[in-house]
Amino acid sequence: MKDRKLLAEFSYDLKPVEKGYNRRTLYVNVGSKQIESKPVSQMMIDKFTGGKGFDLWLMWHGVKDDTRWNDPENEICIGFGPLCGNTSYPGSGKSIVTTISPLTGIPVDCNVGGHFGPYAKFAGWDAIEIQGKAEEEVIVFIDGDKGTVKILTAPDEDTNSHILAEELIKEFADSQDAHQFVSVVSSGRGAEHVPISCLNFSFWDKRRQVARLKQAGRGGTGMVFRDKKIKALVVKYSGLKGDSNHPEDLQTLQQTGLKLHREIEAGDSSQCHMREVGTAHLVEIMDDYDLLPIKNFKYGQDEASKGLASWEFKKLFTQNMPDGCWYGCSLSCCKAVDGFIPRTGPYKGQPVVVDGPEYETVGGCGSNLCIWDARDVVELNFYCDTYGIDTISFGTSCAFAMECYEYGIITKEITGGIDLSWGNADGVFELIHQMARGEGFGMVVGQGVRKMKEIFAREYGADPALLQDMGMEAKGLEYSQYMSKESLAQQGGYTLALKGPQHDEAWLIFMDMVNNHIPSFEDKAEALHYFPMFRTWFGLQGLCKLPWNDIEPANNAETDEPAKVPEHVANYVDIYTAITGKPLDKHELIRQSERVYNFQKVFCMRMGRGRRIDDVPPYRAVGPVTEEEYLSRQERYDSQLQSKQGIDPAGKSTAEKMALLRAYREDQYQQLIDAVYKRKGWTPEGVPTLEHLQNIGMDLPEVLEVVKRFL
Amino acid sequence: MKKHLQTYPENCIACHACESACSSIYFKVDDPLLSRIRINDAGGAISMNACNQCGICVQTCPTQALSINSQGVVMLNAKLCIGCYMCVAVCPTNSMFIHKGQTVPFKCIACGICTQACPADAIRIETKEN
Repeated sequence: MKDRKLLAEFSYDLKPVEKGYNRRTLYVNVGSKQIESKPVSQMMIDKFTGGKGFDLWLMWHGVKDDTRWNDPENEICIGFGPLCGNTSYPGSGKSIVTTISPLTGIPVDCNVGGHFGPYAKFAGWDAIEIQGKAEEEVIVFIDGDKGTVKILTAPDEDTNSHILAEELIKEFADSQDAHQFVSVVSSGRGAEHVPISCLNFSFWDKRRQVARLKQAGRGGTGMVFRDKKIKALVVKYSGLKGDSNHPEDLQTLQQTGLKLHREIEAGDSSQCHMREVGTAHLVEIMDDYDLLPIKNFKYGQDEASKGLASWEFKKLFTQNMPDGCWYGCSLSCCKAVDGFIPRTGPYKGQPVVVDGPEYETVGGCGSNLCIWDARDVVELNFYCDTYGIDTISFGTSCAFAMECYEYGIITKEITGGIDLSWGNADGVFELIHQMARGEGFGMVVGQGVRKMKEIFAREYGADPALLQDMGMEAKGLEYSQYMSKESLAQQGGYTLALKGPQHDEAWLIFMDMVNNHIPSFEDKAEALHYFPMFRTWFGLQGLCKLPWNDIEPANNAETDEPAKVPEHVANYVDIYTAITGKPLDKHELIRQSERVYNFQKVFCMRMGRGRRIDDVPPYRAVGPVTEEEYLSRQERYDSQLQSKQGIDPAGKSTAEKMALLRAYREDQYQQLIDAVYKRKGWTPEGVPTLEHLQNIGMDLPEVLEVVKRFL
Repeated sequence: MKKHLQTYPENCIACHACESACSSIYFKVDDPLLSRIRINDAGGAISMNACNQCGICVQTCPTQALSINSQGVVMLNAKLCIGCYMCVAVCPTNSMFIHKGQTVPFKCIACGICTQACPADAIRIETKEN
């Protein structure tokens, strides 16, 4: 081990996890160097379940109403959940990261794979709470074999994750053949300079002999991490077994997992091809349905997108590898490009292993920028990851800047000579390298869309209304990579999402737009209640969403509610009870989520957001902002004027038709919000009612105190 | 070359002596559910199931607990196994076995113990080209 200075050390008793819980959390203040164990109360388990629930509860008591992202009291919490770390059921290795976001000012939550979560849990902790700011660069090392937590100096290491994670794994592992027992959380040089940043959670890939990286991508977690001068969190745990979670009923857990393994074995190659190409299988499907973002979400389809189709990535992804980000995940979606040689930047010419790209990265760093070469997308993916930059916010921010460049709002004089024409990958590479170096126009783009809107209006005289319409952010967070213009439900799914427009709360486009299964406002509101609650549950338990509906039982279409995948919901109920020993049904499952979801909503209100005005999308997410957009789908829009509004488009100018369509669609959106708030138990202003909080059991005094300020 | 247990169901008399021999040597108990060879004589025709060492499970194992030894036999290192059962699901002949209370699966390693117990010459240790 390197000669590091020990700044603080804490010893704790090693004891086995019992029925999914340690019943304690780890508190580390890197500023005061205080380290302590906090008990998990029965109230925490009953009301917050675990994972994101524990994170938010801890963070609520760690921050103040006016805490900003870079205040010392801001926390990074990483929770694991009672189901996290079981090796039986696919998708069970997730950590959930929360912090007060530098982009939004409210709690952001990220669900991330890699081995850190399960190892930290089996090291003895249900969640880790990090507070304070270190005076010098530090590493926090949790030794789950010995029962110690150390804060160590880290003055010399490279910050970029693909180097740092590998170095630290080799340093902290007991031997050459024990690298798989160490996992690292790190960020990168980009996160030191721009808020559109992320954290990388590693897992050691035994076959490739490299550290693979999974991202807690959204909302700027990496910048908070680096602002605290934390270079890395390291955990070591060598005792993993098939029953390390000490479930109440191992056999049911194993049998349920085996059932899903077999389902995946039989069905994946004819369903989503996750084991061949991961989520990149979506690219051609989204293009087919006019949903693939192109030119900053102006269009949803382009012939050139064939260059980014999954078969192009399949040529690059090494096949037939057990690419699960946690043991036991036979869906195996985290693909890797072996021996990739970057053509730009500090690692130009050096072979590297690149994780992904996943669909979001292909959309963000590819189609939305008109970059159609799969290898360029892989390279952007590599640099985003190692620099600690979120591929989604990076893509959407670059797309916004490129559209501004197209309109002459920004020019080469402003960009420092960078040509931001659509499709110019070299210009985009320069932006990301500038973000890592902390210089140039990359520093402007890296502030994210909301800040760019302010800067371009203030400095360059751009029309604020146009920037508002085409700037794809809400609450300060950039949109992820699906076109929501033709799906009212998805407009709500995105913009009502508590942390900002990420698709992990609801993805309703097919239900709504393609299959027309939720035609009324009430239908949409029900979907915008059920699915966000159901998906929240994964974050409470330490689970991944993908094995829920990216593989389906062969008879799923014949069930009463195929969109919910009833057999898999039953699986989750079964494995929850098998692990925790506590009874659960599909209704109480939703209740568990409702408690935490409403707590998070009130948390946002406490931080000064969470208002109705924060739930309004930019018009680009709702309809055509520019004439060219309208004209590109004129037939569709004209016919909608006729069929939905009873307006004859004949004789009207495009501008007139756009205005009529806009008025209609924006009104529809407001009606949707009314219906959803009502279904969620909130007032028309989006405030949870006291009655609703009592009904769901989230009527804690501190919650009611905040809510009463708004009623 | 691949060493494996070749089964000859046409010779099998379903006496289950092989299962007894196998479970007794590896689990110290006479229990067909703990045998690495399985004889199924329910419903008339006799079928025999033991690993043919095809190796498909090896590439599935995320911890490399499964490997192929110099004789071509798929071996499971229990110290590395984390009990995910992905190998069980992927096995084309259902020859990776599990048992209640166990976290580690088990399979035939072509040791030949059972061949000595078989009175009917229904199982033999053989080698074949890869």
